[in-house]
Order: sequence, then C-alpha cells, then structure tokens
Amino acid sequence: MTETAPGLRTAGAAASTGTGPDAEPTGGLWADGWDQLRHRPLFWIASTLIGVLLVMALFPTLFTSVDPQAADLALSGADPSPDAIFGRDLQGHDIYARAIHGAAPTLTVGLLASLGTVVLGSVAGLAAGYVGGWGDSVISRFAEVFAGLPFILGGIVILTTFNKPGQIVGEVRIVTQVVLTIVVLSWPLAMRIMRAAALEAVQQDYVKAARALGAGPWRIVARHILPNTLAPVLVFATIQFGVFIGAEATLSFLGIGLRDPVVSWGVMISEAQERVADIPQALFFPAAFLVVAVLAFVMLGDAVRDAFDPRGR
Amino acid sequence: MRRLVTAGAAALAVALVATACGGGGGGDDPSAQTISIEWGEPENPLIPGNTTEQNGGDVIDALFAGLVKYDVDTADPSNEVAESITTTDNRNFTIRVKPGWTFHDGTPVTAQSFVDSWNWTAYGPNAAEAQSFMEKIDGYDEVSTEAPTAPTMRGLRVVDPQTFTVALKAPFTIFPLTLGYSAYYPMPQKFFTDRAGYEAAPVGNGEFRFESRTPNQNLTLVRNDQYAGSVKPQAQRLEFRVYSEIQTAYDDVVSGNLDHVRAMPSAALAGDRWRTDLGAGAHQKEGLVTDSLGFPLYDPRFANPDLRKAISMAIDRQAIVNQIFGGVYRPATGYATSAAEGYVPGQCGESCTFDPQRAQQLLAQAGGFQGPLTLTANSDGGHDPYMQAVANSIRQTLGIDARYTPVPSFSEQRRLANDRGFTGLFRNGWQGDYPSIETFLTQLYRTNASTNDYVYSNPAVDAALSQADQAPDIATADQGYAAAERLVLGDMPNIPLWSRPVIYGNSARVAEAEHNPLNRQDTTTYRLNPQG
Amino acid sequence: MGRYTLRRLLQLVPVFLGTTFIVYVLVWGLSDDPFAGKCGQRECSASYVAQMTERYNLDDPLVLQYLKYLGALLTGDFGQTFSGTEVSTLIADAYPVTIQLALVAVVIEALIGVAAGVLTGLRGRGFVDNLVLVSTLVLIALPVFVTGLVLRQVLGVELGWIRPSVPGDPTIGQLIVPGFVLGSLSMAYVARLTRTSLVENARADFVRTAVAKGLPRRRVVGVHMLRNSLIPVVTFLGYDVGALMGGAIVTEGVFNIRGIGGLVFRGIQQQDIATVVGIVSLLVVVFLLANLLVDLLYAVLDPRIRYD
Repeated sequence: MTETAPGLRTAGAAASTGTGPDAEPTGGLWADGWDQLRHRPLFWIASTLIGVLLVMALFPTLFTSVDPQAADLALSGADPSPDAIFGRDLQGHDIYARAIHGAAPTLTVGLLASLGTVVLGSVAGLAAGYVGGWGDSVISRFAEVFAGLPFILGGIVILTTFNKPGQIVGEVRIVTQVVLTIVVLSWPLAMRIMRAAALEAVQQDYVKAARALGAGPWRIVARHILPNTLAPVLVFATIQFGVFIGAEATLSFLGIGLRDPVVSWGVMISEAQERVADIPQALFFPAAFLVVAVLAFVMLGDAVRDAFDPRGR
Repeated sequence: MRRLVTAGAAALAVALVATACGGGGGGDDPSAQTISIEWGEPENPLIPGNTTEQNGGDVIDALFAGLVKYDVDTADPSNEVAESITTTDNRNFTIRVKPGWTFHDGTPVTAQSFVDSWNWTAYGPNAAEAQSFMEKIDGYDEVSTEAPTAPTMRGLRVVDPQTFTVALKAPFTIFPLTLGYSAYYPMPQKFFTDRAGYEAAPVGNGEFRFESRTPNQNLTLVRNDQYAGSVKPQAQRLEFRVYSEIQTAYDDVVSGNLDHVRAMPSAALAGDRWRTDLGAGAHQKEGLVTDSLGFPLYDPRFANPDLRKAISMAIDRQAIVNQIFGGVYRPATGYATSAAEGYVPGQCGESCTFDPQRAQQLLAQAGGFQGPLTLTANSDGGHDPYMQAVANSIRQTLGIDARYTPVPSFSEQRRLANDRGFTGLFRNGWQGDYPSIETFLTQLYRTNASTNDYVYSNPAVDAALSQADQAPDIATADQGYAAAERLVLGDMPNIPLWSRPVIYGNSARVAEAEHNPLNRQDTTTYRLNPQG
Repeated sequence: MGRYTLRRLLQLVPVFLGTTFIVYVLVWGLSDDPFAGKCGQRECSASYVAQMTERYNLDDPLVLQYLKYLGALLTGDFGQTFSGTEVSTLIADAYPVTIQLALVAVVIEALIGVAAGVLTGLRGRGFVDNLVLVSTLVLIALPVFVTGLVLRQVLGVELGWIRPSVPGDPTIGQLIVPGFVLGSLSMAYVARLTRTSLVENARADFVRTAVAKGLPRRRVVGVHMLRNSLIPVVTFLGYDVGALMGGAIVTEGVFNIRGIGGLVFRGIQQQDIATVVGIVSLLVVVFLLANLLVDLLYAVLDPRIRYD
C-alpha cells in the first residue's frame, strides 16, 4: 500500500507534489510523471489557485479582519459596497468575511471526504478486482449493503447518535464526524469504479505476463494495476470533491451537519437559497468560490492523470 | 447477449409511451369548477377526535359542522348546529341541537351523535389525539385510562333526540366558546359500525362531502347541497393538493396553477413581495399563533428570573420581524394575541422591550451567565433564519456565547421536551384552539399541564387560573386570565417573541376564499370569479 | 454466464436481509420514544402509545420484531403508516412518476453528456473543450437545489414556459426540466468520463491498427473508438438508473413531484417506520437488480471480461 500513497497524495493535495523526486526521465513511472507534470501550464495554474485557497484556509486573517460572526440585522441584504465588498446576507453578516473563513471547513470536508472515499473504495475495489471469486463477491455484496442505505437516513442516524441534539459540538469533532459520515455512506461507488478498472487491468496481457514471471501481488498491483486505474479514479475523486461539499451542505441544511459558529460555503449557499430572489449576492459569492475550487481540483486532476497515466504516453 | 440490451430498450420505450398517454387531464370541465388548495398529508385518518394538526383539521372543518361556529372575520362564536347552550352555574350545561341537520349519508344529526363522538374521543383504548379536550367533563378520569373502569363519561347525558346535558368536573365559564373546536364535532353512526368504510370515505355533516383521495397526492370534496347551515357553500368542488414546499405552492398560485395557498414562504414576505405578486389575492388578519422561547427551568442555571428577563430584553423583536418576516408579524407584548377574547395589550411591559442597557444591567444583577447558551429548534420547520437572528441579537447585546443548535425534526424537538432534555432555550410555537386568552395559558403554565415543557410551577398562577375558570361570567373570567398572564410574565418561564397573523393568498381565478382568525379555512366563503 | 447470474441472484438474499435489518434497526434505534411529536405540542396519551406499541410489536426483542415485519413483507404486506394508510398504496401511487423521472433524467444525461464528451474528446483542447469543462463544473459545484430553484424561478415564474410544479400524472414534456436538474450532476460526470475515455482510446493499439489499415476516420471513430469508450459510460449510466430509481428528494421537493424520494424523506423526518422500511426494502431490491444488470451488461459490452 505504501506505493499507492504518492499518487493519491498528489491527486488530493497539491502542496505535497513539490516534494516529488527531481529525477531523470528514466527514473520510473512516478518520476517520469513528475517530469511531464512540471512542464504543463495547466498544472501550474491549478496549483496556484489551490495554493491561494490553502493559504486562505490556514490564515484567513490575512484576507479579512472582519469577524465572520458579527451580524448587523439593520444592514440585512445590503448590496456590495466598500463597507462589505460582497455585500451582506440576510442576517447582516459580511459575506466576504464569511466566505474567507468558510474556506477551511469547506476544503477540509471536501478533501478529507474525497481522500477517505477514494482510499477506502480503492483498497476494497482493488482487492475485489484482483482477488476475484468469493472475495470479490463478499466485498461487492458488503458494499451494496451500504449503497442501499439512503444517504439522508444514514446521515441523520450517524450524526444524531454521536451528538445529542442541542449539544454544543466542537469544530474539529463535527468536521471529523461529517467527513466520516460521508465516507461511510459514499465509498461503495469508488469501490465499484476501482473494481471495474482492476477487473479490466487483470485481464491485460502484461499483467498476466508479470504474474507468469513470478511478480508478487503487491508488485503487480502497484506497478501494473494501480497506474491503469488512476484515470477513472481521479476523474471520480475530483468531481466528488464538489459533490461532497454539496453533501455537507445538505447535512447542515437538515440541522445535523456543520453549525454555528463554523461556516462553510455549502452552509452559506443553503442558507441563501430561500431568499435568492432578493439577496442574490449571498448565494452568488460562495457559489463562485466553490466553482473556482472545484475547477482548480479538476484541472489538477486532469494534469496529473495525463502525466501519470501510462496509456497516455 | 444482445437480447439483454434490446429488452432494456423496449422497457424504456414502453415507459415513455405509457407516460405520454398518462398526460393531459387539465383544462376539461370539472377542473374549471374546482378550487385547488395547497395542502399537506394529514398525520391521521380523518376523524375529528383524532386530529389536532392543521392539514387534517382543514379538511375536517369542511366536512363537519360543530355546535358553535367562529365568525370568519372576528372569530366571535355563534350557534351553528346548536340551537341553544344554557347553564345556570357554569358547570352544568344543557345543549339543544337544531332539527333538520343530516350527515352526508342521510342519517340525522342528533344529541346522541355528539355524545357518542365525545365518549369515543375520551375513551382510553381509542388513543384519540384530541382526548385531552374532554378532560374537563365529569367522569373523564374513569374513561380515559388504558383500562377504563367506565365505558362512557357520566357527565354526558342524552335527554331526548335533540337535547343533551354536559356536567363538568368544575365550573368552566368559557366552555361554550370552546365548542367550535373540531374535537367536539358529531360523528355519524357509520363511524361506529363500519370504521374501515368511514376511514376510506369519511362522512360528516358539513358544507362539503368527501369525493376521493389519493394518499400523498390529493383529496377532493364536492359541495353538499343538503347542507343545513346558515351560510351555504358556493364552490362546486375543492381539491386539496399535497405540496412538499410552500414556495412551490406559492409559485403555482402566482402563475395560476393553484388557487389557494394557506401560508406564505418567508421569501414572499420580504419587501411585501406577496402583495405585489398576488394583488387583491393577498390576505392578512390577526390570528392566534405565537412563537416564543422557553427556558428549561429544571436546569438550575436558569433559576434566576432576572437572567430570563435579561435575555428577553436582549432580543430586538422589531428588527427581526422587519428583516426576516417583512414586517408582517407583530412583536409580542404578552402571551395572548389580539384576536383572542380577553386579550390585554402590553402585559409584558419592559420585559419584552429591546433595551440593551437594562438587559446588561439585569444580567449583571443575576450574576452573569457562564458558558455557551444554546437555542434549539427543529430545522424542518423553517425556523433557522429567525433563530439565528435571535441568537445573534442575544450574543451581541449581552456578550454571552449564544448559539443556534438545531435538531433535525419536530419529533426530535418533542422528544427533548418530553424527556426534559433541553440544555438551553427552546423554541415553542403555539396555535390557540379557540379564540380565548385561556387557550394561551392553562395548557402551558399550570403545574403539570400537558404542554408545560418548562416544568414551571407557581401556586399563585394555578390559583388565579382556577379562579378565572369559575368566574360568574366571561368578562370576569377574562380579567382573571389576564391577571394570571401577568403573574406568569413576571416569572418569564417563556419569552414571547411575536404573533403570526393569518396570511394566505388566492389566485386571480378566486373571488373569495377566507380563513378565520383561528387560521382555519371557512370553506363556505370559497367561490370562483364568474367565468368571463 | 447463466451460473454466474444464478449465483448473483442467490447472493441478493443476504444483502437484502442485511440492508433491511440495518434500516429497521436504524429507524427504530433512533429513539426510545418513537411517538414523540406525534401529538403536536402535547404529549401522547398512554393509551395511544400502548396501541402503537402493540401495532408495531415494539414490546418484542428487536430481532423478533424484524422477523415479524419481514414475514409480513414477504407476503406482500408492507404495513401501515402511523396515519393508517397502506404503505403499498403509497408506493403504488408514487413509484410510476419516480421511474418516469429517472428515465427522463438518464436519457437527458446520456444524450447531452455523451454528445458533450464526444465533441470535446475528438476536438482536443480548445475553446469548446474549455467551455464544456467550465459549464460541467458549474453544474457539479452548484448544489442541486440551487439549479432547481433557479430554473423553477426563471422558467416557471418569470418566463412562464413551464409549470412551477409537476402535476399528478405528468407528460414527458413536463418532466424535462426536472429531469435535467436531476441528471445535471451525472451529465457532467458522463461528459467527462466520455471525454477521458475517448482521449485514452485514441492512442490505443486497436485504433492505431484501424487507422493504419486505412479505415475512414468516421468508421474508426464510430465503430472502434466510440464503442470501446462507451463501456465505462454505459456502466455508469446503468448504475445511475439504479440510484435514480431510489427517488430524488431535492428535485422532487423543488418541483412538487409526488414520488418515492419525498415519501422516504418525509418518512425519515416523521420517523414513520413502516414507510421508511417498506420503501427502502423495495428500493434495495431495485438497486441490487440494477447493479446485477450493470455487471452483466459490462461483460456483454467488454469481451475481455469473463465471469465464468
């Protein structure tokens, strides 16, 4: 499993790609990929955007000194002005300040949930696809039990079991719980995609050849199957990043997800939807942040996939 | 191999054809004469004694007529099925039923119809939701338990086919005024002999007859041409159409696909948009619905009344009403609303007035408040925006860490209430059952009352309420209730926020469709514009 | 293949039992007082609670309760809601429109998604590619309720092109906008999957061979590339049909479609156990069968996969 980590980490958080080996073109798959990657403008654009978002998440006070909790009801729905450049929402919060402070929870949930889903789904999917037979059946059927549960039912049950209603829950704890809830309820789809890709790869001649040559299962998975499954999983993971932020918003909307004083873009969007006709800015700006973030991760995913996918060479 | 794919394609084609055939239906004759009404799925079968929520109640009000009817504008009670309700001691009542009333199946409405209905509702094993409405009647305690020791209440006696007497446990002066509530409607014989048949096609004595129902989609009623009431129904047919979101229903009314919406989405209230959109179809009148924030008095942190008043005075009710509710709601100055008989304005005095300095001063007197203060409401009821605004107002005025912590559903909120599990302020909505100040007090603030979620107990309040119950006339009773209200407000177990007026909207097709101040639809007023 | 299918059908049994049991436990396990809130602001009377406890066998141990429920279920008795309506009636009324909506959504997402994917996949990077990329991303990033509300407001209220709500027995035309909303997320995914798959296959050996053989480009693209590239897409669509058949809570809510999604959602909120467990049991079967079909279809489409 250790060999799968670099690829996934690159897919998830761009910051860690900077540590990639500065290797010769012949230095193996991962080094080749890095070499390709650093010559692509798309990669650098995406990385810059993600870098800015990460700084925003880590040091929100660099961008704004306004308290995101401060609400002046008298200014409810105020248009953008020098006082609040994105305007104010229904409660009179400064939308800009909230959007900046919303970056950290949003990115944390989006990234950790994507990563968790992909890791859990991939391990299960690879195992199912590679082992086949009874192992495949057991893992696949087990996944179906989870896939058959309605997301909202599962979410309500998990989150209300861990948190007594009306209880004050710390920021770290609620974020962790939301991430785990999403992962537990969403991994079967990742598993299916990985399994399908692995099933396909196992049938390839070079895998059969590698096996015939006496390569161990770990080596076959890491060297031959994993690279071939990278493309669909990256497409999935980068899109799910956006979907999971939406799922987080849904949980908040139901009163069981992130809650005051934690703000996230999803929470902002779901709060704004009811009054979108008269306070459109409250929906527009967090949605724009979200679109930019998703765009950056998808572009990064594309670049990484193009660079590392052996079939793309 | 290929067969699989083709089979799938064929299934798809069949489905598409099937749906194409299923379309249409609009624009033909019956729908032109039908008034469609926004509605929600009722929680129980349509039995008056087993219905206490709005959706079921709205249909039951059209299907049934009671002893007393509330005026559509003023809510003043007048006799409907009752010819007279008389008493000499406010404890023993003689009720005469008008002759000539029939149920939709042709059977007559008699004194027995009422007595049977009330006994059924009170009878423990029937587990009727409105059971507690019978609790003042003599003999209720023997009948209402799980294993009743008597089949019927001894306080109810049929004298002749048109007359029955009611004996209460104790005098209750305003009793006749409460009799317009749906729990007191009569029931036809069919209900007792053929329960399943009744539930499939309910039979009442009201202005509309049951026609058909598709669960979770709609329910239709047709005009009862044999209706014996004073005001005859005019609309030919009513369709109660189930909506999941009030905003969709509102949009349908604005675009002419629905005729009547029973409430307004908050987005429509903003900037008086609903008045612009609906024009003459926008209606508003004073009602009996209040919102408030209760204290869990079982939590010692909230023991000090000064602290409770400080929190009340830290809420800028007017600003919240203006911004969140488009200025339509009324900031509360007491527990009752102006539509209730016996209402006295300004009962709460300075305790319900936004005054930051005084609030901070009171908080300091009470020794401050430690730790976060939670405000809880169910997030499936559209309470989030104003609960957040209230939390912000408290936090910014008093400097305490007030936070809105929602629970997912109304059931969850009720469970916390029943388990005495609240750790902070909790949201209360109360809809009066009859137009009297009493409906805002007895069930909420009497020691051990059915909805006393605060676990509030003040012997002085209990005594004042009992005294008002036994007053010689209604005016004196109302004064007594108002005095009790002042006593409760002095203790502030529950912070009054605002009252919700009755607001509803009609499409351009509708000439008239009114709610009474109890926010019940008076379907005798429903009529369409003449076809042009 | 036949033996494989049979084996999979047999495997449905434990999955069905597992899922329904979990759902059963979850719905009842939510609380020790399932009747809170059933009687408005008042507390329910003891006799009401006793009667309901009796009706749903709540005094039995959980496993026994479940078995009793399962036994009734297998004889076609889905039970009654708290309000006394037969759950089977509710399902029969609600399911047709859910199926119609799911099919409309899948057709829309397949048509638009594949078209967009092919367009961008064949052209390579350029203005159209970027336009499609950005517009699919906007669809992904916007929560479904936003897309739905905006379309309802603009098309339904302001322009008056559609009804804001979908009537009880809708035509295909009335389901197109809700179908688009429902399918928008998957549409974006289909577009990207198609594009990725095409780009990869363009460099595959069999395409190079076909080009080298001198086959016309149209034939190379149509027969060799597209057919192989659509394998993952079809797999995904099949999976999506199964998921969409489970109802769409948000889309149904926005357009007031009286389908199965809203029914489950309301059941969950009101903790109406019979509705939730009954519907979920049915949906699990539909979902499992859809999955099985996808797996079989996968083998049909991709000759390299063999199950036996």
